[in-house]
Amino acid sequence: MDLTMMVEAAVVLSSGLKLTLTLTALALAAGFILSVPLAFVRAFARPALSLSVLAYTYVFRGTPMLVQLFLVYYGLGQIEAVRTSIFWVVLRDPFWCALLTFSLNSAAHTTEILCRGLQSVPKGMTEAAAALGLKRFQTARLVTFPIAFRISLPAYGNEVVGMIKGSSLASTVTLLEVTGMARQMVSTTFAPYEIFIVAGAIYLLLTSIAVKITQVLELHLATDGKSSLRRRTRLKTALPGATTP
Amino acid sequence: MRIVLAGTVFVASMISALPTRAEDARVITIATEGASPPWDGTDEKGELYGYDIDVGLDLCRRINLRCKFVAQDWDGIIPALLVGKYDVIMSGMAITEKRKKSIAFSKPYAAGYNQLVVRKDLELDSGDIKQRLNLSAIDASGKAVIERLRSTLGGRTMGVLRSSNSEAVLKELFGDVVTLRSYDSLDNLKLDLAAGRVDGGLADFFTWRDFLETPEGSGAAFFGPQLNGGLWGPGVGAGLRKDDAELLARFNKAIDAAIKDGTIKALSLKWFKTDIAPGAPR
Repeated sequence: MDLTMMVEAAVVLSSGLKLTLTLTALALAAGFILSVPLAFVRAFARPALSLSVLAYTYVFRGTPMLVQLFLVYYGLGQIEAVRTSIFWVVLRDPFWCALLTFSLNSAAHTTEILCRGLQSVPKGMTEAAAALGLKRFQTARLVTFPIAFRISLPAYGNEVVGMIKGSSLASTVTLLEVTGMARQMVSTTFAPYEIFIVAGAIYLLLTSIAVKITQVLELHLATDGKSSLRRRTRLKTALPGATTP
Repeated sequence: MRIVLAGTVFVASMISALPTRAEDARVITIATEGASPPWDGTDEKGELYGYDIDVGLDLCRRINLRCKFVAQDWDGIIPALLVGKYDVIMSGMAITEKRKKSIAFSKPYAAGYNQLVVRKDLELDSGDIKQRLNLSAIDASGKAVIERLRSTLGGRTMGVLRSSNSEAVLKELFGDVVTLRSYDSLDNLKLDLAAGRVDGGLADFFTWRDFLETPEGSGAAFFGPQLNGGLWGPGVGAGLRKDDAELLARFNKAIDAAIKDGTIKALSLKWFKTDIAPGAPR
């Protein structure tokens, strides 16, 4: 094993770190924003609506992300109508294709995770909220979702870790994130062992940080401790007739 | 009695069929990319075909070895040879100084050349596409040609095969003026060229020529002079591990014989419709 090669690889691969983090963070953010309303629909809406969300999550969770990426990147590019449409400005670019695929994939997983959380909120809680005079949207925002999010957090942490690793697929559509840089470097040095070990170590570092953040957040959102005080205050203001503190 | 006799004959024939030398029993595995026809391609059934395969099988016949072709992605083709996943690379691979640091090359079995292509709808002036430019010996007029290419291609997005010499050449000549996209296979580069995601690319001439004749390739055309020399080296050779000197010697002998009796020329005409046998007059 060549140590100088590994040091060199660490320097070169770090230049791909920014793209890996950008792709992962944006995909997770877009996926989360999309998944919150979808999770409510999936958990509580009429069967017809709930089932159409299920159809989406079923397809995106049941097929490999690599296949989805190829369909979006190479597949859509084959269709003349797509190439002449305004969407081509976005779909022409490998970065946006990867981000679109990752976001849709993450949204599908997150929807199911949050849906499970929403469904496991005890019925008594929402009934109590209704008894206090909270409107349906207020109940969802202040009672159901916070509790569901706390329940879902461990599972969502896995999704974050999965997305960090999954972002490596962007290297297959010419993007030079950590894995792309690694493949580029292997192809000029013919030293796959050292370089991929360094690439693996970088991902391990990223996922470790993500796991740690999730753990801290879990602790922070635990029902005891000072964070619960803040929630109680916010709830008070939403009650009819309550005075603003 | 008859059965015993038949059995004896059978066993005897089995023994005589056994290889006399251990070396002859060795099955050689040859790797090829299988995505750069007419050098090497993969048909609908997943079978490999092309110039590399035909030459390889002919060489194996000459040195009495049993050979088997396998497909291997280009960017891992040298590392996988080094760890012994197969014994030989025959994949239109140019003999270069850089690769020689890692692997050994046979004598060249083809002398190819390369060319840029660009999308027709960009309406760029392609210049003289029949001109030949040797990058190992660039004179004043050659410099002028390259300068013209640089100014025409400035700001464009160009695709290449990752870890190919074309990638290195494109970086060297145009790296500071074009956006470079490296693909893991030429097929994917062609798809993106057809879709208009890249403005053009640099690769082996014959690969382009076949592609430009297809409906997908009709939107692109050759651009600038035919290029060889420089980082592309003296030609295309078979790659072997450095410690496989005995096999290398046998390959070299077989290549010499195949060039001498015209087999290489015939196969070159069959696949490229041009004689690109090493040393052939052009």
